Amino acid sequence: MCLAVPGRIESIREEQGTRMGKVNFGGVVRDVCLAYVPEAVVGDYTIVHVGFALSRIDEESAIETLRTFAEMGLLEEGLAEIRGEAPLDEPALCPLPPAEAPRR
Amino acid sequence: MKHLAEYRDGDTARRLAAGIGKIVTRPWAIMEVCGGQTHSIIRHALDQLLPPEVELIHGPGCPVCVTPLEMIDRALAIAALPGTIFCSFGDMLRVPGSHGDLLGVKAAGGDVRVVYSPLDALELARRHPDREVVFFAIGFETTAPANAMAVRLAERGGVKNFSVLVSHVLVPPAIAAVMESPGNRVEAFLAAGHVCSVMGTLQYPPLCDRYRVPIVVTGFEPLDLLDGIRRTVVQLEAGRHELENAYSRVVTEEGNAVARAVIADVFEPCDRTWRGIGTIPASGWRLAERYAAFDAEHRFAVGGIVTAESPLCRSGDVLRGAIKPSSCPAFGRECTPRTPLGATMVSGEGACAAYYHAGRFAADREGRR
Amino acid sequence: MSDDRPDMSRPACPSPLPHHDRIVLGHGGGGGLTRELIEKVFLPAFTNSVLADLGDSAVLPAAWFSSNGGERLAFSTDAYVVQPLVFPGGSIGDLAVNGTVNDLAMRGARPVALSAAFILEEGLDVGVLSRVVADMARAARTAGVAIVTGDTKVVERGRGDGLSITTAGIGLVPAGSRLGSRPAEAGDVILVSGTVGDHGMAVMSVREGLAFEAPIQSDSAALHGLVADLLAASPDVVLLRDPTRGGLAMTLGEIVAENGIGIEFDEGAVPIDPVVASACEILGLDPFQVANEGKLVAVVPAAGADAALAALRAHPRGGKAARIGRVVADHPGLVVARTPYGGTRIVPMPLGEQLPRIC
Repeated sequence: MCLAVPGRIESIREEQGTRMGKVNFGGVVRDVCLAYVPEAVVGDYTIVHVGFALSRIDEESAIETLRTFAEMGLLEEGLAEIRGEAPLDEPALCPLPPAEAPRR
Repeated sequence: MKHLAEYRDGDTARRLAAGIGKIVTRPWAIMEVCGGQTHSIIRHALDQLLPPEVELIHGPGCPVCVTPLEMIDRALAIAALPGTIFCSFGDMLRVPGSHGDLLGVKAAGGDVRVVYSPLDALELARRHPDREVVFFAIGFETTAPANAMAVRLAERGGVKNFSVLVSHVLVPPAIAAVMESPGNRVEAFLAAGHVCSVMGTLQYPPLCDRYRVPIVVTGFEPLDLLDGIRRTVVQLEAGRHELENAYSRVVTEEGNAVARAVIADVFEPCDRTWRGIGTIPASGWRLAERYAAFDAEHRFAVGGIVTAESPLCRSGDVLRGAIKPSSCPAFGRECTPRTPLGATMVSGEGACAAYYHAGRFAADREGRR
Repeated sequence: MSDDRPDMSRPACPSPLPHHDRIVLGHGGGGGLTRELIEKVFLPAFTNSVLADLGDSAVLPAAWFSSNGGERLAFSTDAYVVQPLVFPGGSIGDLAVNGTVNDLAMRGARPVALSAAFILEEGLDVGVLSRVVADMARAARTAGVAIVTGDTKVVERGRGDGLSITTAGIGLVPAGSRLGSRPAEAGDVILVSGTVGDHGMAVMSVREGLAFEAPIQSDSAALHGLVADLLAASPDVVLLRDPTRGGLAMTLGEIVAENGIGIEFDEGAVPIDPVVASACEILGLDPFQVANEGKLVAVVPAAGADAALAALRAHPRGGKAARIGRVVADHPGLVVARTPYGGTRIVPMPLGEQLPRIC
């Protein structure tokens, strides 16, 4: 339902009391309302929907998710769970993100 | 684009899909709640990668599709008023009301404009103080922070010629309605990641428990969706029914507290009619009393709206997952993307329109064999 | 008028004309204001011997046709409207010349002469008109085509869209051209001459309510030179189309509908500028449905496909040309895209203007 796109915050300013900023989406720059991401700073990536930043993208979670995708280990873990076994591989090197990954 | 391209890798997608094939042992019906998920699945043809056991049911999470007919008719009436600039997201312009659509109102002389953000509509109101500027504030929880902020800024800035026609809808009541509808076949949900970026995930574990159904919050890129499907299948095969967050780079358990506070200030819960589905209790937001001055429903007395839904259209059954689009007698006959009877046939992400195109191909292949 | 006698065709008192910086109804009335407009704006820009005649019709020297090995005449007309009138990388003036030149080029013709008819809205800034006319003149010079006749009308304020232009063009198809001598058939290869979606997104980037900052330029360009090189290297080219309104999806859709064939193309093989792709992402648009004004789609026999692609790439307008798909006997009338994930999807013809979406 909701097309939201990641972009990098390039600048932040106050405009009539509202926190606004320029966000760069792969070379396309738009004005975005940053009122809902008070913690975000220049350089952060944020998810933007209809001109509003809704969430700061957590780089650690992103890296972890990608590392998980890159490994085939996750398939074996899924199989193991169904068979009622412990995961075959010790997931220390490439852990699945926990169901609710803690944020920085 | 960073944070998009990485989640579109073809090889990894095929590996994830193959992995699902290895763990699935029986048929499962999984509903992707959100129109954005449906769009991505169709756009990237992800459903074709899945093992035949996994059936995806396109859910009601398309605000364009579920905005009630009465509200569309009201929008058409307001947009046709002289002196009004009616602003809308592009999606809504082709959605059929009882008599015509917003594009038709525009052709007949109404000033209907597509905007990217409600702030663009507010800016138009500032630039045209002699005109009434109305914004069609539709959407799910994701869009509510933006619409709420526009109303707040209008109030603070004293922009008196700005108003909003609000038709907000909420995901959790829709999930409950799907599970409680007669003949429901849905066994697991992919919940909408961007809704959860605002609302967090705490609303979902009670639904998992009450309906014994796994819910996995996903993003919208191919790898996000395939991983979400994989996780639901893992849960289903293991007999679990839990909430999982497969979109942790964007979604936290608590969501966006700042945005929720503004929503709570500007909107209040209400019963909402979902087009084709019916009224779902406490499934929407309307403007809070304190912002009634910005409510286009109050400002413009457009009475005498008599809605007339096509008697042939079964989009409600489609949105609930009760029937496939192609099971509707009007599908591909009276109802096509060129002559849509219901909103689900309007845009590419509407379940019926998506089926129409894919189905034509399948039928053609069938005919040649 | 070279002697010292007073010019009685004009009022003796100082003319108000030079003070007009906006178009008034009289500019289309056929009288002195019209003449002033022609002499001050159009003639200096479009200067050529045939136009300088200012007769009721252009009379073209026969040598223009006989000396080029031409065998058949191609004749095309197109009307141009766009908002805003000036956009990154061009203006309605560039479109009005290049669009009609390309319509001729897609039939293998070398353009010879254009007409241009202007409908101006009362109140139009003459500076904007001059800019547009200068763009037309430059585009015509670049394309090596003469604007030989024209007309101007003015409509009341509120009854026009600022400025619209209709051009018609004639061109010569060289003797022996085999373009279009057989329909597209299974096995033929689909080429595209470069990145898609640039023009439409350049216009979108400056449209009210949607504007964004991006280094995206319209690709508006005349393609007959590219076509000539292509046909020289690969004379058996089956057909050429320029994917303008409705983009690649519309053009491929037309090809399958008209030829009773199917097309399958590889999404990942279609060149798209990364910034154009990003702009499409944020507005929820499909780059395959976005307009181009300086690209062509070629259907070529498989045997000549490599030579054709090499010829396109060797030309400055075709450096990013790519082989994107093929004609198939399956699913006649349908365009099918193969996704990077191995699946296929139908690519429908766009129904109308693409609208930015939120879901």
